[in-house]
Amino acid sequence: MSAAVKSLPGPSIRARAFRPNWPMRAVWLGFALYVVYASGRLNFTWDRFVTGLDRGAVFLGRMFPPEFTRWQLMAEGLLESLQIAIIASAAGILLSLPIGLLAARNLMPAVVTVPARAIIALARSFHPIIVAIIFVKAIGFGPLAGILALTLGSIGFVAKLFAEAIEEISLKQVEAVRATGASFMGVVIMAVLPQVLARFIGFSTYQLDSNLRNSTMVGIVGGGGIGGTLFSAFQRFDYDFVAAILISIIAMIMLGEVIATWLRRTFQ
Amino acid sequence: MSATSFDAATPGRTENDRGQGAATAREIVLSLRSLNKQYERGKSVLSDVSLDFPAHGVVAIIGPSGTGKSTLIRCINQLVEPTSGEVWLGGKELTKLRGAALRAARREIGMVFQEYNLVERLSVIENLLCGRLGYVPLWRIWTRNYPESDIARAFELLDRVGLGDFATRRADALSGGQRQRVGIARAVMQSPRLLLADEPTSSLDPRTSVEIMTLMRDIAAEQNIPVIINIHDVALARRFATRIVGMSAGRVVFDGPPDELKDHHLTEIYGGSASGEWIG
Repeated sequence: MSAAVKSLPGPSIRARAFRPNWPMRAVWLGFALYVVYASGRLNFTWDRFVTGLDRGAVFLGRMFPPEFTRWQLMAEGLLESLQIAIIASAAGILLSLPIGLLAARNLMPAVVTVPARAIIALARSFHPIIVAIIFVKAIGFGPLAGILALTLGSIGFVAKLFAEAIEEISLKQVEAVRATGASFMGVVIMAVLPQVLARFIGFSTYQLDSNLRNSTMVGIVGGGGIGGTLFSAFQRFDYDFVAAILISIIAMIMLGEVIATWLRRTFQ
Repeated sequence: MSATSFDAATPGRTENDRGQGAATAREIVLSLRSLNKQYERGKSVLSDVSLDFPAHGVVAIIGPSGTGKSTLIRCINQLVEPTSGEVWLGGKELTKLRGAALRAARREIGMVFQEYNLVERLSVIENLLCGRLGYVPLWRIWTRNYPESDIARAFELLDRVGLGDFATRRADALSGGQRQRVGIARAVMQSPRLLLADEPTSSLDPRTSVEIMTLMRDIAAEQNIPVIINIHDVALARRFATRIVGMSAGRVVFDGPPDELKDHHLTEIYGGSASGEWIG
């Protein structure tokens, strides 16, 4: 064996085992240089950062103590956000089932998967806020715009992962159920869904969680919910009310996470 | 589904009146006519396979791996579409069927798989009820609301294969031999005209293999249906089959009772030197 190693031309095997990776070093160096260049272009200087810290301290000071006396206004906004999140999740998850199934390349021919994948790609291509702006422009202010925006976002996420989960199933189980003379939908219900249901519930509860967070934001662009209240409080320099809203949003998100975990455990 | 007859396209077939107690050995339930299969043009996996299967008995199809045994079995229930040739089951030619008619024919053919192919995350009893998917309407499947008679039959069959206590276990909690018993019960749940088995013992230890072969032979006899088994274990084939079909390179090279299968046949089927030193 050692004879074979010695007979190789060039540096010894020990030297070659830890050879420096010049291309990788070049990439790192280029990356570092670009960060420095981009910071310069964007006027990202230490001075600005320090003055910013000062102003931040003033801002934080004005936030305390949080002002909870207008809790009714806040509760209304929070409730609307919650409703937006739940309706959008329900609609998005329900629509993701057929769209994800149609996008699975191991069950469907290309004529079906290509359009289904195009829908998913479209739903994924914009941030929910941009979609919300479009819907607010299209159908006017209010929670419906927020619901539609988050529904579209949910399809983009859940349907894509659902399709990928279906593409990873065992086709042996599918073949066996097909061999019993089951119809296509029979095969889907008894051979495909049991294999992907646990993961689907995982994606869905995660999406509910994320919709809850996004539903507090669509209001900023007029899509309904607590975001609108938050935005107007900011514009009125009502920083103590802003603090109260932020605290209540944090509470709602944490509660949502608890509920999502509980849902996951119940369904699985 | 009794008393269907072959039409004029297959002359000489006697009437098939399964379940009427008038079965004879001459009665043909399944007939393959010049089956050919090419997955790629010019590369034949099956070449001109013509076989008749009577309504009773265990037929073992032996041959080396990659010789088209699995393809042959799957051509029977059209999980694989043959390139040419005919498959006659009862009065129907299956290669011409599509959609609902094909599924109606398929549900009359039970199939057992090498790796059991149970739906792992379903319970044992739900796996058995999968055997009724060709009969039960979709809403009943979706709501898991199976007819009472199907449920009763599933429990009965589960007892028959010795797994009565396992009904609510998930399929992936079972051992290989237990899973294959569930696989057999699922196939019989279809009330099939015949059973197909694709290497049903290849993933099992020798003792379990014998148990599974015994179960398949006996349960088929009880149901009064024939079994067609792909198997590469010649000893098991000799022990359980009433007829052996030897295949090599996609062709039938032997067809006869087990005691007519001689060493020179095995050499022809599996290849090797004339003395066949691998034959035990």
